[in-house]
Amino acid sequence: MSDALILTWRQYRLERRMFWRNPSAAFFNFLLPLLFLGFFGAILHGNRHDIETIVPGIAGMAVMSTTFSALAYNIVFLRERGVLKRVRGTPLPTTSYFGGVAANAVTNTAFQIAIIVIAGKLLFGLGWPSDLVELVVFVVIGVVCFASLGVAFAHVIPNFESTAAYVNAVFLPVIFISGVFYDVKHVPAFLRDIAEALPLKHLIDGLSGAMVKGTGISSHLDALAVIGLWSVFGLYFAIRGFSWEQGRE
Amino acid sequence: MVAAIEVHDLVKRYDDFEAVRGIDIEVRRGEVFGLLGPNGAGKTTTVEILEGYRERTSGEVSVLGYDPSLREIGLRRKIGIVLQSSGIYSHLTARETLRHWSSFYPSPRDVDEVLALMGLEEKADVLTRKLSGGQLRRLDFALALIGDPELIFLDEPTTGFDPQARHAAWQTVRSLRELGKTILLTTHYLDEAQALADRVAIVKDGRILAIGPPRELGVGSAHYRVIFRDASGELVERETDDPTSLLHELTSEALARGERLEELSVGRPTLEDLYLELTADEQSGDAQSNDAQDAPISRSTADV
Repeated sequence: MSDALILTWRQYRLERRMFWRNPSAAFFNFLLPLLFLGFFGAILHGNRHDIETIVPGIAGMAVMSTTFSALAYNIVFLRERGVLKRVRGTPLPTTSYFGGVAANAVTNTAFQIAIIVIAGKLLFGLGWPSDLVELVVFVVIGVVCFASLGVAFAHVIPNFESTAAYVNAVFLPVIFISGVFYDVKHVPAFLRDIAEALPLKHLIDGLSGAMVKGTGISSHLDALAVIGLWSVFGLYFAIRGFSWEQGRE
Repeated sequence: MVAAIEVHDLVKRYDDFEAVRGIDIEVRRGEVFGLLGPNGAGKTTTVEILEGYRERTSGEVSVLGYDPSLREIGLRRKIGIVLQSSGIYSHLTARETLRHWSSFYPSPRDVDEVLALMGLEEKADVLTRKLSGGQLRRLDFALALIGDPELIFLDEPTTGFDPQARHAAWQTVRSLRELGKTILLTTHYLDEAQALADRVAIVKDGRILAIGPPRELGVGSAHYRVIFRDASGELVERETDDPTSLLHELTSEALARGERLEELSVGRPTLEDLYLELTADEQSGDAQSNDAQDAPISRSTADV
């Protein structure tokens, strides 16, 4: 058992090392949220309400991009290149492999949330998160939900060339209707209904409660329930549908 | 000693076709066993069942005493796999990759030693995306070896290689054999099977046509085929174990008559000839046909 833990740790360290050696991954993880914040901050300058909408919105988007998008990309790439198949032929336990990969995604998410919180404070004069427990709870369940959905979604993507199209076909509409860049109030009703059924809007609600409003977890239990349901769905298909190699069988 | 691999009546059926149709193999410890056959013969399917990548439809399979379909870690600690093609992390060096891989195994070999064995010392600290195809292939071998496995699977290890790289890979396989490893090799090259394997199973359409040491199967055997066009323009085919004296005889006769032996060639049986012959044997055995002499090489060792 401790063997598996040590191997998880080693896989995690390896994933971190590879992450830092991949400039585009580092860019998307650290500069993109800052660019978004700076850009919208400049547009919305002075409008407190809009700033308070956009900071948790971008935090929610960051959770989705570091887990859902990044894992779908990585898994399709490693699957197509045959790296997954090679790993499967070794004694590395499956749980250690995915443990390391997941921990890597969690680290990226944590970094991004930290960057967004600090930027929100320094650039826009927002306070520190008013409810740290709620922040942690929502980030953790958000990671579980979107990471498992990303792994499950990788199964649907036929090849690496089409990954960008598939991932963005989900990611872009979802961030637009879920109130990342504006208050969901301004979204047409039928799109709002769709957003209500999806997890991102609820994640942003929870993050907003934690970072800005300080209303407490108890006022966001329904949001937790929706994200939890999506997590169950995601985990089921991530595990059941997983394929270690391209094509055949 | 128990065999390294035992396979009885292995069958693998996909939805609409049967890739493996009842294969029996026994691979002894310490031997290099070759599965020789054309693309689509069922070699890779068979090997991937033994490696634990695929489930069999029916039959009995034992690899080092394990059932590979259970995917036990104990088995994976004792085998090394070189897949037909498989990628590697491009942002790591060969040394880093080997060091990581070595942590999976209870008693791995020394990383530097394996790098040296594969001739990768100079490229050890270069990111793998900057390695050439041949160097990557050697890294494949190195990764299969790092756990100090008892049994190594090599699936078409030299396909797409230039002759020089092929011979280097052959040297590697021979050095693994000298280390006492059991090796299961698949190939569609006749000369590769001849050069490396102690015993060969010839596979076609999911069945084994013959098993035995390459020589006995006529794989690169002493049989030569001499072909030429005689004075009447007829194509003549002669078989011999001693091409030197046959050629001497033919050419001196031709010279004496003042003829040229047009289109003279001396050939050795190809894998294709061997298949034709083996299938012709089956047919003549089944149907009692009278064209046994049409078989390019007459032989009686097809029985396993």
